[in-house]
Amino acid sequence: MDNNCAIQLKNITKSFGAVKANDNVSFDVRKHEILALLGENGSGKTTVMNMLAGIYYPDEGEIFVDGKQVSIKDPKDAFDLGIGMIHQHYKLIDVFTALENIVLGLDPKENNDLVTARNRVNDICSRYGFEIDLDMKVYDMNVSQKQTLEIIKVLYRGADILILDEPTAVLTPQETEKLFNILRNMRNDGKSVVIITHKLNEVLEISDRVTILRKGQYIGTVNTSETNEKELTEMMVGEKITLDINRDFIEEKHKRLEVKNLTVINSENKKVVDNVTFDLYSGEILGIAGISGSGQKELLEAIMGLQKCEEGSSVVYYSTAHGVHELVGLSTREIISFGLHLAFVPEDRLGMGLVGNMGMTDNVMLKRYRKGAGPFLHHAQPLRMATKIREELEVDTPSLDYPVRRLSGGNVQKVLVGREINNKPTVLMTAYAVRGLDINTSYAIYNLLNEQKKRGVAVVYVGEDLDVLLALSDRILVLCNGKVNGLLDGRSANKEEVGLLMTNLKGGE
Amino acid sequence: MTGQSLIAWINAAVTFGTVIMFGCVGETLNEKAGGLNLGTPGIMMLGGIASLAGAFFYESAAANPNPVLCVIISLACCIIVSSLAGLLYGFLTITLRANQNVTGLTLTMFGTGVANFFGGSLIKLSGGVGQINVAATSRAFKTMLPFVSSKLGIVSQLLFHYGWLTYVVLIVAFLMQYFFNKTRTGLNLRAVGENPATADAAGIDVTRYKYLASCIGAAIAGIGGLYYVMDYVKGTWANDSGIEALGWLAVALVIFTSWKPKNATWGAYLFGFCYWIFLYVPTGISSFLMKLFKVTKSTYLQNLYKMIPYLVTIIVLIMVSSRKKRENQAPASLGVSYFREER
Repeated sequence: MDNNCAIQLKNITKSFGAVKANDNVSFDVRKHEILALLGENGSGKTTVMNMLAGIYYPDEGEIFVDGKQVSIKDPKDAFDLGIGMIHQHYKLIDVFTALENIVLGLDPKENNDLVTARNRVNDICSRYGFEIDLDMKVYDMNVSQKQTLEIIKVLYRGADILILDEPTAVLTPQETEKLFNILRNMRNDGKSVVIITHKLNEVLEISDRVTILRKGQYIGTVNTSETNEKELTEMMVGEKITLDINRDFIEEKHKRLEVKNLTVINSENKKVVDNVTFDLYSGEILGIAGISGSGQKELLEAIMGLQKCEEGSSVVYYSTAHGVHELVGLSTREIISFGLHLAFVPEDRLGMGLVGNMGMTDNVMLKRYRKGAGPFLHHAQPLRMATKIREELEVDTPSLDYPVRRLSGGNVQKVLVGREINNKPTVLMTAYAVRGLDINTSYAIYNLLNEQKKRGVAVVYVGEDLDVLLALSDRILVLCNGKVNGLLDGRSANKEEVGLLMTNLKGGE
Repeated sequence: MTGQSLIAWINAAVTFGTVIMFGCVGETLNEKAGGLNLGTPGIMMLGGIASLAGAFFYESAAANPNPVLCVIISLACCIIVSSLAGLLYGFLTITLRANQNVTGLTLTMFGTGVANFFGGSLIKLSGGVGQINVAATSRAFKTMLPFVSSKLGIVSQLLFHYGWLTYVVLIVAFLMQYFFNKTRTGLNLRAVGENPATADAAGIDVTRYKYLASCIGAAIAGIGGLYYVMDYVKGTWANDSGIEALGWLAVALVIFTSWKPKNATWGAYLFGFCYWIFLYVPTGISSFLMKLFKVTKSTYLQNLYKMIPYLVTIIVLIMVSSRKKRENQAPASLGVSYFREER
């Protein structure tokens, strides 16, 4: 057994339902090092680390800490083994002070009474270079301070192995620099640090070694000093897989949407969509690529009137039937009446768009109930439409009134996309339409989108899988941090090119 | 208003306040751990009937009931039954993760029904309506503090003219406040109510804390029912669900105190003061209000007066939420079931 290893993972497999989040993953974390865990969204980086932190339990495989095989059943076990994880969503109690958060759950008899604790925390701070006000309430802190507090909390509990999940996602460059200095101090002190990230420049700057995961599988580990951005990108996105998806070229194209300087600021005062400009044509599929959370959702919602756009934003809609309209400022109902439709499949699939307890018919009716006369609902037409969707898309359901939440994920998505298509859109926007679907059902959805394209619909496809985006889209718009980072031709673009654009903002940060 | 009627008003407010202070402190303990137990009125009913039953059978069996035994038996019955009700609430909402509101409301209906059922049986056993009377136990609970209750003139009349449980609940309330803010267990308990996932990650046994808070909280609330039976109505029972009505005020009082037991020590009496206002309002004001609301009978006006505690609670709620001070808000996870795997 290698004495230099803090943690060894052997053949770890973890499934959620039918999805394998980790498939036979093996790697190790050494003492005295910063290991970067690199991978796209959905590659299983966080899942594998959650198993070390005691949040998930592996289905198969073995974990060794300091050469001894261990079983980590809950977060307490992880603490006892000296493993501390800093999650993306901080686990802090808002109404408590920093110090109270640090000592939470510890036995005061073991040198943890508040006076001793305060001294010990101050020692940790001076040792690694933290700055913190221990009597500040958490709700008065900014994200960087909260993160600092989380790290101190973990160190206070005696962690020798620190896992940080996307620690820089919420930090300014200056704060990031400060954090990296602290992490280096910890490494020099003999601790192991694992940093989960998809930002290549940070990997190269901070880590000693890089382990790459892709679609739940272990791809390899390289020494940071012996690699470069290009190699890492290739390992991260993988070889191009040829997919047999039809892609017809439609000669006749009309401009449908002209999006100009679209900016959306979210409730945390962050520009989630930053000055986005692009055109959308009928008879094409525009793919939108980006690391998740780069503003895809907000962009589509802004077009549909579901997000408040900042001043200067403009979305002009050109339509043969309705004329030319500025959509910013119109209500979602008006925008839908122009023929713009959005099918968004969120992580939990049902959250947006369908009502889980209602059957297909009622869900179809949700978007057409105003078409009835008087105060009564007209069932006949939605029933016809639901029947049609069921037949055409082969939705597997016992009856049209069967609650959709009990259907399998694929069938739920068919209902959702089918409904939007059946409303005869002129612009159809789909986001993550094949999320969690098996290959056959995915193809059924691709075919649906292609059919719409042939009928002259302008289609927007937001997806996670680069291979699909490259095979399906006529053009690919790459978003990075809410900004447009490139617009490529879907037929000539290659995977590395898109991968680099997704992770590296042009012009630097 | 004469001085004498003011003293009577204060005395009435304090006995009333003691009932709801028990309920409030017990409910606060549960809510601080994230359990919104709307079953508190029912639990107080159960605590009341259990103490009555215990005392009744002891007094029927013993020729000369010993006051100490009277107290021990009825307190034990009350605490056992009400903490069992708390355990049931805990099992349903913590282990089975049932909806807390529905569970609580059902528990109140259950408790009220059970209490009135056995109340009816006891009345029958004792020979008819109004016959039930556990005089010895009631006397034991109404025992006042020696010396201070009689020798200090008006001070005695105002402050020491109550049964000893009145002072016990004050001590319990202050101890609870101290427990929440000054002990590590209290810190852990508040963490469970604020953010169980964080508490869990910090190695706190969330389930254990929630269960204990539910059971102990229910036991404390149940003693409110005992106090009602033994002291407030002097050892009698009527199937009028009087305890339940006060139980709802106890739940409202938790909000009024912004989850701080120390505020219950005056808030409960304020509620009592408001509740009895109709008996002591000068007739001039009453007749003016009767004209204003076009009410013909003075008893109708009483119902308007009885709304005052609720109105005060609503006003406090509005004030607290508009000030947005985080410390005064409800525990962040109040009413939410915790399930570790659900992230």
